[in-house]
Amino acid sequence: MKVRLMFRDGDFNPEATLPPNAEDLTRDLALDTLLKVMARGDAFLLGVARRALLVGLDGPEEIAYRQRALNDSIEHPEVVRGIYGLSVEAIEGRRKIWPWLSESPESVLRGSVETLDLFFGILKRLRRVADEHGGSFRSEAFARFFGMIETELDDAYLLRIQEHLQELKFPDGQRMSAKLGKGFKGEDYVLRRFPVEKQNWTRRVLRRKPKYSFEVAPQDEGGHRALSEVSDNGISAVAKALRESTDRILSFFTVLRTELGFYVGCLNLREALAQLGEPICFPTASAEGLVLSSRGLYDACLALTLNKGVVSNDLRADGKGLVVITGANQGGKSTFLRSLGLAYAMTHAGMFAPAEQFSVTVSAGLFSHYKREEDPSMRSGKLDEELGRLSAIVDHIRRGCVLLSNESFASTNEREGSEIGGEVIGALLEEGVRVFVVTHLSELALRLRDLYASDALFLRAERQADGQRTFRILEGEPLSTSYGRDLYTQVFEEGKTAEALPIDVSP
Amino acid sequence: MLGRQAEEKPDSPASLPVFHDLNLDQIFLALTHGREEYDLGPLLRGPLSDTESIAYRQEVMKDLESPPLRGQVEAFSERMREMRRCLVQGDKLHNEYQKMSWFLDAVDTYCDGVEGLLGGLSKSAPKSRGMQELIRFLGSYTSSAGFVTLVSDTKKLKQRISEVRYRIHIRGLLVSVGKYGGEPDYSAEVEETFRKFQEGEVGEYAVRDRLRRDAPDMNSVEEGIMDMIVRLYPDSFGELATYCRTHVGYLDKNVSRFDKEVQFYLAYLQLIQDMKAAGLDFCYPTVDDRSKSVRATETFDLALALRLVHEGASVVRNDFSLSGRERMLVVSGPNQGGKTTFARAFGQVHYLARLGYPVPGKEAQLFLSDNIFTHFEKEEQIENLRGKLQDELIRIHDQLQRATGRSVMIVNEGFSSTTASDALFLGKEVLRRAIDIGCIGVYVTFVDELSRLGEATVSVVSSVVPDNPTQRTFKMVRKPADGRAYAMAIAEKYELTRRYVKRRLSR
Repeated sequence: MKVRLMFRDGDFNPEATLPPNAEDLTRDLALDTLLKVMARGDAFLLGVARRALLVGLDGPEEIAYRQRALNDSIEHPEVVRGIYGLSVEAIEGRRKIWPWLSESPESVLRGSVETLDLFFGILKRLRRVADEHGGSFRSEAFARFFGMIETELDDAYLLRIQEHLQELKFPDGQRMSAKLGKGFKGEDYVLRRFPVEKQNWTRRVLRRKPKYSFEVAPQDEGGHRALSEVSDNGISAVAKALRESTDRILSFFTVLRTELGFYVGCLNLREALAQLGEPICFPTASAEGLVLSSRGLYDACLALTLNKGVVSNDLRADGKGLVVITGANQGGKSTFLRSLGLAYAMTHAGMFAPAEQFSVTVSAGLFSHYKREEDPSMRSGKLDEELGRLSAIVDHIRRGCVLLSNESFASTNEREGSEIGGEVIGALLEEGVRVFVVTHLSELALRLRDLYASDALFLRAERQADGQRTFRILEGEPLSTSYGRDLYTQVFEEGKTAEALPIDVSP
Repeated sequence: MLGRQAEEKPDSPASLPVFHDLNLDQIFLALTHGREEYDLGPLLRGPLSDTESIAYRQEVMKDLESPPLRGQVEAFSERMREMRRCLVQGDKLHNEYQKMSWFLDAVDTYCDGVEGLLGGLSKSAPKSRGMQELIRFLGSYTSSAGFVTLVSDTKKLKQRISEVRYRIHIRGLLVSVGKYGGEPDYSAEVEETFRKFQEGEVGEYAVRDRLRRDAPDMNSVEEGIMDMIVRLYPDSFGELATYCRTHVGYLDKNVSRFDKEVQFYLAYLQLIQDMKAAGLDFCYPTVDDRSKSVRATETFDLALALRLVHEGASVVRNDFSLSGRERMLVVSGPNQGGKTTFARAFGQVHYLARLGYPVPGKEAQLFLSDNIFTHFEKEEQIENLRGKLQDELIRIHDQLQRATGRSVMIVNEGFSSTTASDALFLGKEVLRRAIDIGCIGVYVTFVDELSRLGEATVSVVSSVVPDNPTQRTFKMVRKPADGRAYAMAIAEKYELTRRYVKRRLSR
C-alpha cells in the first residue's frame, strides 16, 4: 500500500537533507513566517512544510501532480483533514501500546496483535471515507489513493485479517510441529493448525488427559518460564511477520500523515491569506526557456506579518536572464525580491503562488545572497564574509538555477563592489544562471546595463515627484543617485522617526 | 609422525634463558596460540640432536606444504576438534538422551574425519616416510571390522533419529505430544495474509529468540516433551542406548596421536604463511654435525618479523657466513641499528633447524649444535654496578664451563656496566675462551677493537644510507668497524651535533 499523494512514484521524505542554501533561503525569504502559518503550532506540520518548501520538485509534471492534489484538498478540506486525523490517531494509539515490555516472541506477538486490531479498525474507517467521498476527488493522486484503499482493503480481506487476529490469541491453545536437532533440542518449529478432533470434546468433558501429555504445576514458576520458552519457538516466525506488518502499516500511516500534512499546511495558509483578502493562483510552470510573468504578485510573508493586504506588483520578464532592481532606499525593493523568491519556492513545492497570476520557468535550484548586517563569529571581515558565502553558493549553483542577490558587494566601496559584482553576475548569467539583483550600487547597475542590456530587465522602486514612495516596482533604467537624501530629510528635518517608516521585514 | 626421537620424550625444562633471549618464547607463543589443547610446548622445547631425525621431519613438512594435502589434514583436525566439542558438550549435560545425542554426533564426526583423511591423503600421494606410514595404518584401520561396524551403526541411527517428527499442543499448562501428521503450516498462512504489508524495504527486527536455541541444555518442559518422544518412538531410542554402550571406546589411540603431532607442523606452516605472503623466504637448511662453516642468505628475526608483518612494516633481511677458521661474528655499530636482531636471527635459525622446521632465509647451511648458549644483558637493575658486573661474569663463566666445541654462543652487549678498558679486557677474554673451546656464534659489542682479534673473528657492522647517515638500514654487512660515522649519525638524529645544539640554543 503506497500513499503517493505528493509524488507519482515515491514517498515524500520528511527527513531529506536540506539543500546547502536552505538556511540562507529561510532567512532571506522570511520562510519562518510562512511556515508558522502553515503549521498552526504543530511542529510536525512545520517540519513537513519546511522540507517541501526547501526541497523543490524537479519539473512541471511533478508540480502539476501536486497542484491538482492540492486543488482537490482545497475543494474538500474537511475530508482531507479527516483522513489526516485518522493517521494521527493510528500513530498516537500505537505509541500507547508500544513499547512492549520485552522483545520475546510472546510479547511481540501479543503487542502486534493489539496494534493490528487498532490499525485495522482505523483502516476500516478509512475504507468508509473512501466509499463515501472517493468519487468526488479528481486529481490523479487522490483518485489513485482512494482506488487503492477500495481494492486493497476489500471486505473479504478485512474479514480474513480479523479472523487471524482472533486466532492468533490462541483461544484453543497453541499447536506446532518440530524435529530433533543438535543435542535433541527441538528445531524447525512450525506453527500448525490442527483439525479440531471430536475426541477432544469427550476428553475435555471427561477431564481425561491425552495419552502422551504432562502438566506444568500451577505453582512451578520455573516450569512456567520453560513452557513459554517452548511456546516461543513456535510463534517467533509469526511474531516477526506480524511485527513487520505492524511496522509497515505504521509506516503507511506515517507517510499518510506526512503527505496529508503538507496539504493540511497549504489549507491553513490558504485560509489565512483568504482572511486577509489576498489572492492565490496555481502557477504555470514551464520546463524550458526564460518564462517569468506575474500579475498581482505580493509578499505573502509581509502580508501575514502586517496582518493586512499589501502592495502587489506586475512583472513581465519573459526572456530575461537578468533582472536588476534599483531605486529609492526603503522603496520596496527587498519586499519585491522576496515576493518573487517566495513565488519561486512555492511553485517549486507544488503550492499555489501569492499572486493573481504567475508563470515561470522552473529553476534547478534557488539560491539567495543577501547582505548580512554583521558577522556573528567575528572571524572575518565583511567582504571576506560575504564573498565566502558567495563562493559557497558558487560551489553548488549550476545552469538553470536562480540567484536572488540583495545588496551584494556592498561591504566594500562602490568601485570595488561594482567591479567584483559585475564580473560575478556576468559570469553567472553567461553560464545560464538566472539572476535577480537588488542593488543601490548605481555603478554596478549601469555596468550591467551596458554589458547585458538585451538579456536584462531593469526595474526601479517608484518615487513620486514629491519624494513619496509607493512601494511599487516599475520598469526603469538605473539612475545614478539614490534616495538617501529623502530619508535624511524625512528623519532629520521633518521630525519623523525611523520606526514610523514602513518596516522592511527582511533581516 | 615426529620421528623416533620425539618418542623418547626429552625432558625439556619449560624455561631457559635461550628461549627468552632469542625471543623463541614469542615464536612458541604464536605457534601454540589457538592450539593450546595439543600441548605443543614440550615438543617445541625439545630440539633434535641427529641429522637423520631432522631429515625425517623436513620430509613430512615438505609434504604438508602442498596445499591440497595440508587442506586434507586441516579438515581432519577440524573434525577431531568438533568431535571433542561434542564429547565435552555431552559431558556437561545431565539429560541422558541429550548425552546420547552428543555422543552419536561425536562418533559420526570422528568416522567422517578418519574416512576423509584416508581418502584425501591417498589422492595426494605424499612422499615422506611419515605420511606413507600413516596411509598404511589408516588403510588397515578403516577396513577393520570394528571401524566398519561403527560407521554403519552410526549412519543407521542418525537416519532413524532424523525421521522423528512430532507435534506439540500447549493449552494452558497442559502439554501434549504426538507424531506429526502433516498438519498445515499456520505461520505461512499468516505470513501470506499479511504479505501486502511486507513489500518494500525489509527491516531487521529484533524479535529476540528467547527460546534458548543456543543453550545446549533442555528446560523442564523440553525434557518432558523429550520423554514423550521417547515413548512415541521406543525402538529408535532403545537402539540408541545400546549403541552408546557398545561403542564407548571408539577412539583409536594412533588416530588421536596423529591428530596431536601433526599440529607441530601445521602450526609452523600457518605461522610462516603470512610471512611468505609478505615476501619473506623460508628454506630447508642443510644441517651438518661436523662442518662449522655456516651460511644463510636473506635471513631475519622471525619473532620481530611476526610483529612487523602484522603491522604491515617491512622486514630487513641479512646474510651471514663463517667459513674456514672463522668462528665468531663480532657485531658493532650504533644502537637501534639491528645488531641484537641480527644476533637473534643467527641463534633462531640454529634452533629452528633442530626442530626440523624450515628457517627464515633463501638458503641456509647450518651447524648441528649440541646447545645454544645466550648471554644477553639483563634489563633489570641490580643494586650496584659492581653487583651487575659480577652477576654477568658469573653467568658467562657458567656458560663457558658448559659449552663444548659443538655449541653456539650468542653474546649481546657484554660488560657495558664497566669502563671501556675493562670491557675491552673482559670481552677479549670471553671471546678468546669461546674460540678456544671451538664455539661458533655472534658477539655484539660497543667495543670496536673486539672485531680485530684475529682470523677467528669477523667484523660485522650495520650499514647506513650513504647520503644520509641518520637513516639506518638495519642491514648488517661484513666490513671493518669504523665507529665514528655511526656516532655522528645518532647525534644528528637526536639533534645533538654542534650545528644543531647551537641553533637550538639560539632560538
